[in-house]
Amino acid sequence: MSMTITEKILSRHTDLDEVHPGMLINARVDIALGNDITAPIAIDVFRKSGGKEVFDREKIVLVPDHFAPNKDIESAEQCKIMRDFAREHEITHYFEVGEAGVEHALLPEKGIVLPGDLVVGADSHTCTYGALGAFATGVGSTDLAAAMLTGELWFKVPETMKFVYHGKRRPWVSGKDLILHTIGRIGVDGALYRAMEFTGEAIRELTMADRFTMANMAVEAGGKNGIFIPDEVTEAYVRERAERKYEFYSSDPDALYHSVIDIDVEKIEPQVAFPHLPSNARGISEAGDVQIDQSIIGSCTNGRIEDLRVAASILKGRHAAHGFRLIIIPATPAVYRQAMHEGLFDIFLDAGAVISLPTCGPCLGGYMGILAKGERSVATTNRNFVGRMGHPGSEVYLAGPAVAAATAVAGRLAGPEQL
Amino acid sequence: MKFRGKIWKFGDNIDTDAIIPARYLNTWDPQALAAHCMEDADPLFMKKMRPGDILVGGENFGCGSSREHAPIAIKAAGIACVVAKSFARIFYRNSFNMGLPIFESRELWGLVEDGAEIEIDAGGGVIRIVGGATEPLHIQPVPPFMQELIADGGLMNHIAKGKAK
Repeated sequence: MSMTITEKILSRHTDLDEVHPGMLINARVDIALGNDITAPIAIDVFRKSGGKEVFDREKIVLVPDHFAPNKDIESAEQCKIMRDFAREHEITHYFEVGEAGVEHALLPEKGIVLPGDLVVGADSHTCTYGALGAFATGVGSTDLAAAMLTGELWFKVPETMKFVYHGKRRPWVSGKDLILHTIGRIGVDGALYRAMEFTGEAIRELTMADRFTMANMAVEAGGKNGIFIPDEVTEAYVRERAERKYEFYSSDPDALYHSVIDIDVEKIEPQVAFPHLPSNARGISEAGDVQIDQSIIGSCTNGRIEDLRVAASILKGRHAAHGFRLIIIPATPAVYRQAMHEGLFDIFLDAGAVISLPTCGPCLGGYMGILAKGERSVATTNRNFVGRMGHPGSEVYLAGPAVAAATAVAGRLAGPEQL
Repeated sequence: MKFRGKIWKFGDNIDTDAIIPARYLNTWDPQALAAHCMEDADPLFMKKMRPGDILVGGENFGCGSSREHAPIAIKAAGIACVVAKSFARIFYRNSFNMGLPIFESRELWGLVEDGAEIEIDAGGGVIRIVGGATEPLHIQPVPPFMQELIADGGLMNHIAKGKAK
């Protein structure tokens, strides 16, 4: 029987010839990921369950990125638990400060996650890797402990919603704008428990960076995973990184979908999602006059070199508004170095920005740009819940790097065409 | 499993940052997390609630992050169980994996306010509003596999039992 790409990848990780929505399966895991927030609980659960050895030290990835480099004593203790565990079990893919970056930018860049993989991570934005044509989903710490111990995990095969993006993008419209628009259309639970398959001619033209951004936010619509059909763009990205075999899957033409949603890309302008839900998205021309205090450009959603180039193209020869805080956070050491080589750091520094080390930091209210009561930040991150970036009385406006950069210059919500 | 307790009602899309703000995630000590349970949804919640109380949520309860700290904080705060119209999937998974009882009921939310007392008979699959005139409400049946997880005492015990077979 015909299957979607999500169903095919899941079935290939079981002994079943085919799987269908609603089935409960036990599937083999290619990569299991944890970070300094979620891994300590997983390690505790692993040990308390009598775990002596991990199922495969090559297939576990541990990245200190959320509150690392250690932001305080408690964070230092959590990172130490993970570091000690990684040493004890000789985990191949443990990344120390200096090598570490924001996990969902780091793993694809290093070729650790590949097309056709089944990836679980104790971080909700693990769905990012669907951009490669992998099945990737966020789980909790106990799930991570189980995966580290057995190399398997239970899944309910999700139904798939197919999103078809038609037409050509307008200037400055990125993957971030497409996904914010999509979440605005279906709501923060519009894809609850389901796979989101992103297709259409507008999708084929997207860079891998834009695809990572879109898959990253599938969870903000409640999705179990976001996924793209791998193509020559995927191949070009993966070929130079992969050190093991990978496989391209695609959906059968007559595969069954929960629903098909057509989106006319030509009607979409750069988006901004108002507080306090990612679904409060609207076009930048409808944003009104909103004074902003800070701009964060970075994160697993938009901290890649392509994102920094977009920001730099707007900031070049301009300066952030008086009293405005512009914080640039390259997501990985490689992005950091590349941005430096390309001269982007000079552009940012001339614009009055500060350039942070790679970290999740402010995205989840950790450090490096926390907001006081009543303050507002535009951010290229993925969540704008109450208190997400600091005081419960602060506000986060989600946008792509173009709007985040233009807003820094204007001092209020603005797109590049409004400068 | 039976529960009887007072309810605290919250709206739709209660996210994990509202349940336990990320700024407190530099620890996973259950009691330290419990001290901030629901803080950004209701700063006075921990002062008002009593052990054995029940949380009632709307749609998509527990959306957002994968942090297991969320069900850990709720459980450590002494909340007996959570009833919501629907749950976000990672929160749903985490709750069964670590042993926080959760139930889906689409009707309860519209029939109760803060302070109402309810009785949940998980085995019988019903919720009764104490002193309420309405008929017992039916809980969405828990899939058999999830029932097994609960009966085994969470995912890790379930795996251990499977290996022992």
